[in-house]
Parts: sequence; structure tokens; C-alpha cells
Amino acid sequence: MYWEPEKECMARQDLEQVQLERLQSTLYRVGTHVPFYRRKFDALKVNYDDFQSLEDLRRLPFTSKQDLRDNYPYGLFAVPLRDVVRIHSSSGTTGLATVVGYTRNDIKNWSNLVARILMAAGVTDEDVIQIAFGYGLFTGGFGLHYGAERLGASVIPISAGNTKRQIQIMQDFKTTALVCTPSYALIIADTLMEMGINPNGLSLKVGLFGAEPWSEAMRQEINEKLGIIATDNYGLSEVMGPGVAGECMECSGLHINEDHFLLEVIDPESMEPVAPGEIGELVITTLTKEAFPMIRYRTRDLTRLIPEPCPCGRTFMRMQRIMGRSDDMLIIKGVNVFPVQIEKVLFEIEGTEPHYQIIVDRENHSDKVTVLVEVVESIFFDEMRKQRVMIDHIKSRLASELGIAVDVKIVEEKTLERSEGKSKRVIDNRML
Amino acid sequence: MLKIRNLDSGYGKLRVLKNISLHVHGGEIVAMIGANGAGKTTLLHTISGLVKPTAGRIEFEAKDCRRMPAQKIVSCGCSLVPEGRQVFATLSVKENLILGGYVLQKNEGKKAVERELQHQYDLFPVLKERSSQLAGTLSGGEQQMLAMGRALMSRPRLVMMDEPSTGLAPLIVRNIFQVIVRLRNEGNTVLLVEQNAKAALSIADRGYVLETGKVILQGPSEDLLANRDVQRAYLGREKIE
Repeated sequence: MYWEPEKECMARQDLEQVQLERLQSTLYRVGTHVPFYRRKFDALKVNYDDFQSLEDLRRLPFTSKQDLRDNYPYGLFAVPLRDVVRIHSSSGTTGLATVVGYTRNDIKNWSNLVARILMAAGVTDEDVIQIAFGYGLFTGGFGLHYGAERLGASVIPISAGNTKRQIQIMQDFKTTALVCTPSYALIIADTLMEMGINPNGLSLKVGLFGAEPWSEAMRQEINEKLGIIATDNYGLSEVMGPGVAGECMECSGLHINEDHFLLEVIDPESMEPVAPGEIGELVITTLTKEAFPMIRYRTRDLTRLIPEPCPCGRTFMRMQRIMGRSDDMLIIKGVNVFPVQIEKVLFEIEGTEPHYQIIVDRENHSDKVTVLVEVVESIFFDEMRKQRVMIDHIKSRLASELGIAVDVKIVEEKTLERSEGKSKRVIDNRML
Repeated sequence: MLKIRNLDSGYGKLRVLKNISLHVHGGEIVAMIGANGAGKTTLLHTISGLVKPTAGRIEFEAKDCRRMPAQKIVSCGCSLVPEGRQVFATLSVKENLILGGYVLQKNEGKKAVERELQHQYDLFPVLKERSSQLAGTLSGGEQQMLAMGRALMSRPRLVMMDEPSTGLAPLIVRNIFQVIVRLRNEGNTVLLVEQNAKAALSIADRGYVLETGKVILQGPSEDLLANRDVQRAYLGREKIE
């Protein structure tokens, strides 16, 4: 089933025509309305007026998350604020936030694109859909909400957390579709088991999971434990939010909404496009966004395109589930964490050494971060009470910087492994 | 049906259209809106072969028609209703229509022209009433209908209309636009150039906004109607909310 069959199944050459037309007018609009892009184009002597083919995209400069931060809050908006009807912010924490805006048309397109993905994943207007994504500045909750409403499904905007209540509502309201992070789906499954509820007795049949990396093994586990068909979907607030790409019931790659987004896969070192089907960093250009167009945004997400046609009949190219990051960003409980943030905090605390290690585990389907910090000898051999004070201090500073709670352990000087050149700062045991 | 890529066109050294790309699918009404001097008429004249493009591609039903002479383009199935009607004032209504069937007669003979003439009379009953009257004596609205009927006589698969609402009373404009919708419902494809953005977008499926020779926006008509830039520049009002 398709939400917009005439779009989702369009012939490649028609699609390319639409993409070119939309790219040309997007470039014209950012070139004339957004000083940041105009300066960048001028510096590279790119004439945004003279774009002849989609391949010309490669002449354009990249946009990075840092560019968004440098232009905080409204510097990259292409319309006056009075035309903006919604503002979201990325999950980034204090000082690192990025702001995105939407016009009325943007919201309409966004809803439609999410509706496509929901329908591709098996949701129809007869479904009762429980949205257990956080609502608020995070794009996940509202993005899925509007899409599901557009589709005509019955939406339960329960938001994240309070697992027992989620299950209560799931039972009483006869939820048929679940939207949350994959790890939360497993927490729900385990809680069901603890409560002695048989998942087969629920009405649940499909689940759409995203906002964090997950694996094929996790999909199997979710499918088995909840008795549903779990699909993956992808999006990021910088280009829109959920609705960029999503899996169909074939569950073998995410269809990209190519009439609204132009995707490239590049080698993060050379910045050149990789051969078709090779793994690289995903770069996205928006084709229809009015308030917040994005030109060649470096997502830092690693994936590959799947050029083979999909049996479902959609002609939109698929991409493989996100395979990792091209930078050292960690996604912990859906929050973006950079090791450099941790480094900054430790640097400011007296008595710590600039040597640390971040260990990420997944216990009971919940991410757990432990930071090992080397401290100077005098503190390490000091009395226990002083050590505790130090640990608590580091913990609270990290919590306020990162927005999530982490565990801290202090270790003796020179006990953490040093390697030549780049030290191994992060040990991710989550097996994603 | 019609696919245009990176089209440049103009007069002498004057570059009017700059890198225009657009497409029209079969069965659609596509509106091209823009202010005076944006290049709307130049675009239709370039597609019709009256003005030669300096760069870019024009494909009509997968045939490259960039270098075709104007009459050949009409026989390919693409005809123009020019701005300001341009009917032959000293000929009768019927004669005007028959001239429009020139290509049809050449290819399919007189009978086909006769059938097509009846079809135009069905579509525009007023033309039947006035069939022997000189075209120059018709009212503006009637002349517009005649110009449309004349273009339709060649049984085009794509009809291009240049400002059909110019100089007509609002009631007549509504009539003309109803006919355009009817044409689409009968399976025709229409590329409609209009300054009256609101009227054009209210009947079109999609639209393009042309500004100083560039396409600055495009999308479904309802999106363009909801776009605040379009509202400010072309709909002559700030929507009060």
C-alpha cells in the first residue's frame, strides 16, 4: 500500500526532472535569501543561477553541524520569522543546540512524508498508534504525530517514559502500532514479561523504530518478543526530522523520499562520492524546504545506497540502516554526546588528568555510560570521603553538560591504556 | 508530456529566460504565474517555436522540438492561444476556426475538420450562434473563446494559453476558466500563463512562479497559495489569521 503512489512509484527520469527543478529553485532561494550560503557560494565562485544537472551538486560547498551552531539561532532561515509556524531544536545540549524552523507548507510536506513512511511500514487509517517518542523540541514525537494524523490513524500522544502506563494504555486502548526507540521497545517487552502479560494477547502488529542506531539482531528480538513486524526509519532535525527515509514491509533497506531530499554518499576523508553501493557518509540536500533549506548537509551517518529495485514497487532508492558515525559522536538514550564535551568538563576540574575513557554498555536495553578518569596521586590515595566528593562533583558537571546521567569511576594515574597517536577514548560495548 | 531543461531564451542580446526547467504531465493543468516582464510570454513563444532558445532542451512527448519550426510544433500536438486573442478580425468566426484546423485537414481530411468544428460549437455554444459574424465584431470574452476554439481545432494534446483573462470582466473570466477545467476533464493538458495568480492557481494542479526569468518556486497549487511570498507578491493580500 502506498500513501502517494504517483510519487513513490514514479519513473526515474521523471524523478530526476522534478529533482532538478526543485534543486534549481532551492539554490536560487538560498542564494538570494540566506547570506551564509551566498558567502559560501561566492567564495567558491559557484553561480547558483546556472545549475544544469544534478551532478553539478558536487561543486557546492558542504554544510556542517558547526555551521548551524555558528548561525544560532535563526541565521540559516530562508524566510522571515513571521512565516515560520514551528520551531524545533536538535537533541544537542547546552551550548551545542541547533535550531530549525518550518513554514505551514513545510509542516504539510513533513506530515505527508511521514504518512508515506507509516503506510510503507504497514500502518493505515484503521490503526491505533501509540507514539512513545518524546514530545517537545525533539522532532521525533511531533513528526510522527502529524504524519499519523495525516494518515488518519488514531493517535495516542503518550510521549516517552512510564513503561507500566504505556503497557496499561496499550492493553486498554488496543494499540496496533508502536512508535519509539528500538531499545525502548525491548524495555516494554521485558516489562510485559515481568508483569506476566503475554504479548500475543495485545493488539500490537507493527512497530516503527528510530532515533538511535540498532541492529538486525535487535529487530529479530523485538519481532519475537512483541510478535510484531518492526521497521526502521531515518531522519534528522537538521534536514526535517523523521520522514527522510523509512523501510517498507520487505524490511531490507529504507526508501528515501527522493522527491524531497537529494542524497549523496561520500568518502568522509576525500569528500568525493563513493562508488554506487559503497559505504560512506550520508550527505543530504533538501529540495522543498521553505523555512530551513539545507545544502549538502554532512550527517556524519555512515550507510550505503542500495541501487537494486525493491519488490514492494516503490522506485525510491533504498539506503541501508545506519552503520555508524564518521565522527566520534555517540547516541546515548537518543541524546547526542561527543567525547569532547566530556573532555571539556574534566579539563575544568582540578585534580583530574586529561586521560579518560568512555565505556558504553547496554544493560537491560538501556544505555549506560561509565567514564573512567585518571586523577592525580594525592587524590587517589586520599581518604574515601574526598574521593566521593570528587566523583559526585564530576558526575553532576557531566550530567548538566550532557543532559544525561553517567557513572564516573576514578583510576590511578597512568593506568588507562595509551596508544600511539589517537588514544582509544571510547569503548562501545553495545554491539549495534 | 512536456519537459524543459535549462532553457535560455531571449531577444538578441537580451537574456529573458535564465536556466528554466519545468515539466507538464499529460492530463494536468499547470499554471505559470509571475509579474509583467517575468518572461511568461517569452516562455510560451519559445515552446511554440516563435522565439529560438539559445540553450537548453525542450522535449514534447519525448521528441526534441527545440529546433522545429513553429508549424511543425503545432502538428506535433502543441498549440498556443496567444495573448490578446489575435483573432482574424476580418474573417468570420467559422473561417477563423477552420484556419485553426489547417493541420488537421492536411492529415485527416475535411471530414475531421467538420467533426472538430461541431465539437468547438458544443464547447462554446456562442460561437455557433455567431458562426457567420465577423470575428472583429465579437466581444472580448467571445473573442477569447474563439481564440481557444481555434487552437483546439488542431486537436492538440497540449494547449498553452497566454493570459486568457486579460481585459475580461470577472464573470467572463470565470466562464473561461470553467472551460479550461472542462478541457482538462476531457483529457486535455493545459499550460496556463496568468497574471491573475489566484484564479489560475485555483484551477491548476501545479504551478511555477517565474520572477525575472527564473523559476523561484514550484509545487502543488495549494502549496503556492499557502506560500507567504506568493501571497505577498501575487495574491495582493496578507492573509489575515
